[in-house]
Amino acid sequence: MAAAKLLRSSVFRLTWVATLVLGLAAATAVALIGWHANRGLTLATQTAIERDAADLRRALETGGMEALTGAVQSRAGLSSSGLYWLSDRHGHPVAGNLEKHPAELNSGRRTGTFTYRTTTTQAREARDGIGAGVLVDVEGGGTLVVARDVEGQRALLSVMYRDLALGLGGLAFLGVIGGLLLARHILGRIEAMSAASEAIMAGNFAGRIPRIGSGDELDRLADHLNEMLDRIERLMAGLREVSDNIAHDLKTPLNRLRNRAEQALGDQRGSSAWREGLERTIEEADELIKTFNALLLIARLEAGAVEDSLAIVDVVEIVRGLVELYEPVAEDAGLRIVTNVAVPVHVRANRQLIGQAVANLMDNAIKYAKQTGPVGPERMVTLDVTASHDWALISVGDRGPGIREADRKRALQRFVRLDPSRTSSGTGLGLSLVAAVVHMHRGSIRLEDNAPGLRVVLVLPLVKPQATVETGPVPGTRVGDRKVEA
Amino acid sequence: MRVLVIEDDSEIAHFVQRGLKEIGHGAEIASDGVSGLETARDGGFDVLVVDRMLPGRDGLSVIQALRAEGNRTPVLILSALGEVDDRVKGLKAGGDDYLTKPFALSELLARIEALARRVSPEETATRYMVGDLVLDRLTHKVTRGGDAIILQPREFRLLEYLMRNAGQVVTRTMLLEHVWDYHFDPQTNVIDVHISRLRSKIDKGFDKPLLHTVRGAGYTIRHGSG
Repeated sequence: MAAAKLLRSSVFRLTWVATLVLGLAAATAVALIGWHANRGLTLATQTAIERDAADLRRALETGGMEALTGAVQSRAGLSSSGLYWLSDRHGHPVAGNLEKHPAELNSGRRTGTFTYRTTTTQAREARDGIGAGVLVDVEGGGTLVVARDVEGQRALLSVMYRDLALGLGGLAFLGVIGGLLLARHILGRIEAMSAASEAIMAGNFAGRIPRIGSGDELDRLADHLNEMLDRIERLMAGLREVSDNIAHDLKTPLNRLRNRAEQALGDQRGSSAWREGLERTIEEADELIKTFNALLLIARLEAGAVEDSLAIVDVVEIVRGLVELYEPVAEDAGLRIVTNVAVPVHVRANRQLIGQAVANLMDNAIKYAKQTGPVGPERMVTLDVTASHDWALISVGDRGPGIREADRKRALQRFVRLDPSRTSSGTGLGLSLVAAVVHMHRGSIRLEDNAPGLRVVLVLPLVKPQATVETGPVPGTRVGDRKVEA
Repeated sequence: MRVLVIEDDSEIAHFVQRGLKEIGHGAEIASDGVSGLETARDGGFDVLVVDRMLPGRDGLSVIQALRAEGNRTPVLILSALGEVDDRVKGLKAGGDDYLTKPFALSELLARIEALARRVSPEETATRYMVGDLVLDRLTHKVTRGGDAIILQPREFRLLEYLMRNAGQVVTRTMLLEHVWDYHFDPQTNVIDVHISRLRSKIDKGFDKPLLHTVRGAGYTIRHGSG
């Protein structure tokens, strides 16, 4: 992994920013502590000097110059941080432990810091340093300097700041190293994910994104991506099956079409066999066109392209119309159509599509009801419309052979005919068209056991009467058979 | 009857033209929207057949332009787009009928003839007569040779539509659309059964049948030859 890539990685940048912020916070904290410590120490020193100076002034007042000299001498002899200078009016030193009058303190600047050198005494060696103190005038022209050594304070602060600098340096170093390590780890996992997705893009559709098993967010991401890939793979497999089925199901009628045309070519022009051959050819072509139209319609429904053709319609009205349309056919086949419809059941739908869906179910039901034997109570088709809570239910049942539970899901797929040996009529698209219509209307389809036979239930979102007022069609449009009045 | 076919696919256009000529109608062809609009403006056509997707100018806009100018010539829209809302859009634009490609020639011809009839006086007539069969649109009574025939409401509408287009072929799809208002084809031969019931009521017991099946096309009701 190239170093440049690591440095560019977002993890590294994030670590770096975090380190910077942490460093700034630490520096601010230490600076605050340092400032307060310095201020406290300075105040303590000032107080000590002032008290010292006041004591010495009192000694001068009570005991005169002699007492002052004694006091200064005894204090200067102590091995403490006190610094003293007492000189007479000629500037000659009288007492104290400073080598000379600190030049920085004079009548113009009576308090402040200065550099000094102490005289060597029995108690201690001469030393250089920085002091802070006050200049006090002594009656008679003498000068007294009372001061304290502040070298210790300075040293403390400088150590503090040096340690701060070192600490910050260490922090930055560790931050960079940590960032690099972290970036390398994360980048490694992301690279693995990228590599896996590239392989999938290249055509290895069985490939999956690797996970390390820690269950962290990258693992969760990998899980989600893998679920997505699973779904895509299933969809692709379905699509492949559909196109295989289409190819297979269209090849057979195309072949028949070709054979018919070829036969007609051999018949004598104008003869009845010739005419019949051509008519059969046209019939075959019409069937193919029907199949293509159904496929196209399913595709368009699945794309949701007809959303704006929806209006509020009464399912009961649609079903009654269809029953009326199918009744003669059923009667001719010796079948009863038993309907059980309630009050108007309104749904937001395309009347033509719902009509077509129910018509497809009726076609199927009649086809299978015919197979139940020559006569008997089983020769019937049931058609119910009910409203239950938020749903409108349309169910079409027959008492024919039914569909085994294991096959019901497959029955909704395109071109699936469950009994391959049966040369049944129809495109094999009927139920998948119904399913597409129902899904387009945000509903669902259930295949149930009618014991015996099959019952298909279409479940559509119900439009409640009060909702009709709000979302109803504009006046003048048609709702079922009634015209909406303004 | 003169028909203008505005269609850019010359094979389809000539196929339609030949079909119209065979049943005795004249047809002109325009191969793009702009020239189609020009020709249609010149007038004198009984029906326009307009493809939806045309070079130069879209078929729907041609129809809209004609309607805006007050041209009321019946228009049949031909479309490869098909299904559901395309039909609604086409009819909204001013089309009178809509047919999806690929289509059967017999279907197209039947629809063109039905459209040409729409503006003729029969549309508003209160009584239709074919031979001795009489349908009264006001009293909803049907008689043949003076004898009353009892029809179900739907049978009445079926007969009414057939008689309005008397002498011409009416396809199953046209019946589904106009009598039932369904724009889809059921798999089962539902229409045939309705027709055979109607036939048993109006033709049974009379030596001259009026309701005829036209092979490969549909039905027609007519009196006389054939």
